[in-house]
Amino acid sequence: MNKLSRTGIIAVIILSLFVLPGCKSGGEKQKKIEPVVQKDVEKIKEDISKAEKMFNALPSPLESAMLIKTAGASFDRRFLNPIENVKLYTTTRSQALNLGIYTCDLSFASLYDQTQLIIDYMNAAKKMADGLGILDAINQETISRLEENINNKEVIMEIISETFMNSNSYLADNDQAAVAAIVLAGGWIEGLYIATQLVDLKNFNGNKLVATIIDQKLSIDILLNLLENNKGNPAVDELIGQVNKLKAVFDKINIKTTPIKTEIDPETNVTILKSKVTTDMSVETFKELTAIVKEIRDSFVK
Amino acid sequence: MKTIRLFSGILLLLLALTLPAHSQCKAFAKKEVLPELSPYVHDGNYHAAILVEGEEAELYKTFYSDMEYRVVVMGEDKLPAVEFKVLDENKNVLFSSKDNNNSRMWDFKLESSKQLKLVIKVSSFNKPGDIPASGCVAIMFGFKVKK
Repeated sequence: MNKLSRTGIIAVIILSLFVLPGCKSGGEKQKKIEPVVQKDVEKIKEDISKAEKMFNALPSPLESAMLIKTAGASFDRRFLNPIENVKLYTTTRSQALNLGIYTCDLSFASLYDQTQLIIDYMNAAKKMADGLGILDAINQETISRLEENINNKEVIMEIISETFMNSNSYLADNDQAAVAAIVLAGGWIEGLYIATQLVDLKNFNGNKLVATIIDQKLSIDILLNLLENNKGNPAVDELIGQVNKLKAVFDKINIKTTPIKTEIDPETNVTILKSKVTTDMSVETFKELTAIVKEIRDSFVK
Repeated sequence: MKTIRLFSGILLLLLALTLPAHSQCKAFAKKEVLPELSPYVHDGNYHAAILVEGEEAELYKTFYSDMEYRVVVMGEDKLPAVEFKVLDENKNVLFSSKDNNNSRMWDFKLESSKQLKLVIKVSSFNKPGDIPASGCVAIMFGFKVKK
């Protein structure tokens, strides 16, 4: 028996292992032509109505960066994770965290027209995605498209959003929910880190960026739920501990809102959710928050 | 060389045979749902799952006062109508697709940032005895800076 025919036989055996169970199942289905018992179907339907899928949606890196820009913050590249650090990230945990972090830095750079940084950070994010085995999330075509449209902010945002979706859909669809959660956590912490670093304490009261940071309290439980759903993964378990420390500081901030009243703008057909909010965060709490966010973020990028 | 080619071919075939049903979800979200977000910018997040007739899903998200949002909830054609509601923390219904001509999208903005809950329900074909239909349901968000 020559080498090729031996290989052929092995191949047929491997193929059979994968395909035959499917064929058997099909055969069984053909045998069971009798209608499904009504009682069973009703039971299935009852079970389905009890089943529940839950999504915990954190602000994406692009949304976080947009919130910082909208709050009137200025650009400062000192607060981005240097691209030279990519070589440090060799584990799944560090690559996942820094995929979120670099995507946030990329989004931030794009909103402030930092053309060279946009290319550099897209390449850094690509290295993280490649390291995680995310096939084609960011490919050469993406980089070329980015370069061709480097002065077109709308197209750049579209590319960032598309590549981020490629990554998180790949992870979600390949049963890597824990890694997807770590990516999101990395991006969210990076946004919070940049925002806290950019606050000018001389203008603390009435500072719009401070208000944006306070708003992040509304997402801390979402992040914790997202992580809790993936408990048991050592990297996630470590993150839960860190996020709980952050939550303890957020718990010192009070947010009170009046009930929502809806009103539709007849011209645009956009619904306005009307409510008033009062918040309080002391400078001390802000400093504490800044310190804990920095500690967590430093542990991500080291 | 022939051996390598043969094994590569088999591996590709196996990959195709074992592709999860979920990958159809990504294609659906990308081709059918994303275009509906325009002119809003997609936030980049991906929320999609295979749901079965009668099944419910929930989504929690914080929406910010500086932004204007569009949410699009769509199910594949093989599913019966997909309804969705948006509720505040006191379970008050802020929007119901059923009360809005089964609209699959909602545009809104907020005076103050809020965490809201979306409840998505795949309705039923109401055909007793039939195996329940299943298919992909995607929930996607777009945003733009509030004017």
